[in-house]
Amino acid sequence: MPSNEVIQGLGLDDYKFGFVTDSEPVFRTRPGLDADIVRQISARKDEPEWMLKRRLKALRIYESKPMPQWGGDLSELQETLDQTYFYVKPQEQMERSWDDVPENIKETFERLGIPEAERRILAGVGAQYDSEMVYHSLKEEWEARGVIFDSIEDGLRNHPELFRKHFGTVIPAADNKFAALNSAVWSGGSFVYIPPGVQLETPLQAYFRVNQERLGQFERTLIIADEGSRAHYIEGCTAPVYSTDSFHSGVIEIVVNRDAFFRYTTIQNWSNNMYNLVTQRALVQQGAHMEWLDGNLGSKLTMKYPSCYLMGEGAHGEIMSIAYAGDGQHQDTGGKVIHVAPNTSSSIVSKSISKGTGRSSYRGLCKVYDGAANAKSNVECDALLINETSRTDTFPYIEIDEQTASVGHEATVSKVGDEQLFYLMSRGMDEAEAMALIVRGFIEPIAKELPLEYAVELNRLIELEMEGSVG
Amino acid sequence: MNDRPILHVTGLRARVADEDSDILNGVDLAMRRGQIHAIMGPNGSGKSTLAKVIAGHPAYEATAGSVAFQGEDLLEMEPDERAQAGVFMAFQYPVAIPGVSIANFLRTALQARLEDGEELDLFDFQELLMERMELLDMEPSFAQRHVNDGFSGGEKKRNEILQMAVLKPALAVMDETDSGLDIDALRIVAHGVNTLKAENPDMSVLLITHYQRMLNYITPDVVHVMVKGRIVESGGPEVALGLEERGYEQYRRMQVA
Ligand SMILES: Nc1ncnc2c1ncn2[C@@H]1O[C@H](COP(=O)(O)OP(=O)(O)OP(=O)(O)O)[C@@H](O)[C@H]1O
Ligand SMILES: [Mg+2]
Repeated sequence: MPSNEVIQGLGLDDYKFGFVTDSEPVFRTRPGLDADIVRQISARKDEPEWMLKRRLKALRIYESKPMPQWGGDLSELQETLDQTYFYVKPQEQMERSWDDVPENIKETFERLGIPEAERRILAGVGAQYDSEMVYHSLKEEWEARGVIFDSIEDGLRNHPELFRKHFGTVIPAADNKFAALNSAVWSGGSFVYIPPGVQLETPLQAYFRVNQERLGQFERTLIIADEGSRAHYIEGCTAPVYSTDSFHSGVIEIVVNRDAFFRYTTIQNWSNNMYNLVTQRALVQQGAHMEWLDGNLGSKLTMKYPSCYLMGEGAHGEIMSIAYAGDGQHQDTGGKVIHVAPNTSSSIVSKSISKGTGRSSYRGLCKVYDGAANAKSNVECDALLINETSRTDTFPYIEIDEQTASVGHEATVSKVGDEQLFYLMSRGMDEAEAMALIVRGFIEPIAKELPLEYAVELNRLIELEMEGSVG
Repeated sequence: MNDRPILHVTGLRARVADEDSDILNGVDLAMRRGQIHAIMGPNGSGKSTLAKVIAGHPAYEATAGSVAFQGEDLLEMEPDERAQAGVFMAFQYPVAIPGVSIANFLRTALQARLEDGEELDLFDFQELLMERMELLDMEPSFAQRHVNDGFSGGEKKRNEILQMAVLKPALAVMDETDSGLDIDALRIVAHGVNTLKAENPDMSVLLITHYQRMLNYITPDVVHVMVKGRIVESGGPEVALGLEERGYEQYRRMQVA
């Protein structure tokens, strides 16, 4: 095993900030994947027998399913998979101290305007941070109201029945190849339960969960918002997730019970060698309301289509997404809305930006089943191209089996116009600043939905990206 | 020192890049610091082209002559450098920047003028913006609207003058700011310009207009007539009055070199 493990790399366009530490992982499996490795993972986590069986079954499903031939280019993925460590116990990262974090990384955090507390987490300095106190008092309040907000591992350990009742019900292993893979090797992620009628003002933020297994390569999150509850969950941040891993495949399952309201916000910026293939789905029951707010930056290829299955009468689903494809990147993103019950409504708003040789694709599905009377759906996808070499395309799939449904679809493609650039430059902004302002304006309808600190981060990130876009 | 022209255009010829004929056919113009000059001329004579060449629009290229601003070669500078040096153009046709509020836009423009590491004081900015909006009789909520997005013709023009009032240029080129303004709005905008001028007597204004109306409120020191890309006559305010009576017919017959 190499004594120097490159744990983290940082940078926005070209990842120039490398990051080397001497610490060795406490434990990791050998590269590649087979049943023995799945057993090791399960044993490490001290899991009940039923979970091991589920994992092994999922592995068989994974092995039997072919690589998808649609979406992005996955032809080189198998090679990556053969070299992947499917389980790395992440504890060693917690040992590092803030003083060990290289100056250039600290500076980049500063430029990004990332809150101090979060910087430490991002740099893998888990132990102490300022808002820990805040978190503890919040956690006490939440616990008093019966809210569970735990790592997925603790969820399984401490709430076995609730966990088993819902795990894999929204996204079964057989759903797709990568859901099967995740079901076999998952590690890290959150388990959330909001009891009936409980309304939370403060968002549940994943980075609060210190000293527990953090967002992993095969993160698995299970959320149950019970009847009439209301909550907002936030995952990730705009700083690049530093990792040598070149494959991320998460599964997020959400159950939104009758009359509940749930919003899931995630903003992620992956290093540009990363395949990011995520399945996110919510089951939305009668009168309930689900919102996905999804921001995707970086990665080599992202394939991600948050979806809402509108199962009960009057259920509502919203998907708002921003995708940013820089040089050599492909963002294949969008959303799916499935109308099963009458009077259900949905909307998808997707904004993509492609820069340099970046490519963004909108891929969406709107399906209305027979019997979903008066279902309404509206899709709006807007693409902004920064350079001549940038590319975008749209693949809207619409399947309607119900006469009374009404479905709207609107797509626009725009280029950053010379007149706009000149207008801003004639007010004193340089080209990069002008470009960043135009891009910020473009995503504003979605960015304004973000909590302030995330909107600020996103804006700064875009500024940094635009600095690299002009000669 | 004050005798050196703030803007000195000599023999300027310019065209749309990649086209083969010039739009400006040798423009000569000298403005002294603090002066107000008006340019009048028939449609298509090159007035906006001159304004855009001064501001640095990348679609145009100068093929001969020079443009000096406070002794500096303007043609060598990027549009943002010109702006930072004190040049401002109020556009004849301002473009929309969707999603960007006027407040955010102006804050970014002012921030861009600061040294790296310096942060604009947001309270000072807010105060300045509100004061300027009041001067131009604008509702404070206007600052939250997205730049020129869905604006009426008159709102666009007023927004240009608001920007000028906030950015406080040394040289303001106003390209038909009066067109599209109703009678009250014209008076308000003219009052705004005169107030800026009173605050900073050194500010120079190059006013492009078709109408005497505007010149009743803002009195020019010099009036130029531009025809077919050249300045064919310059004089005092009486030149504008003469045009009002006789139109451009007298100039049309003139031969252009
Ligand atoms: N970007 C351009 N592309 C093609 N032709 C142009 C362009 N800009 C200006 N021209 C041409 O140059 C000539 C002068 O145009 P300009 O806009 O400068 O006129 P103007 O004096 O401002 O007219 P108006 O009073 O109507 O505003 C016109 O014939 C116009 O069509
Ligand atoms: Mg004009």
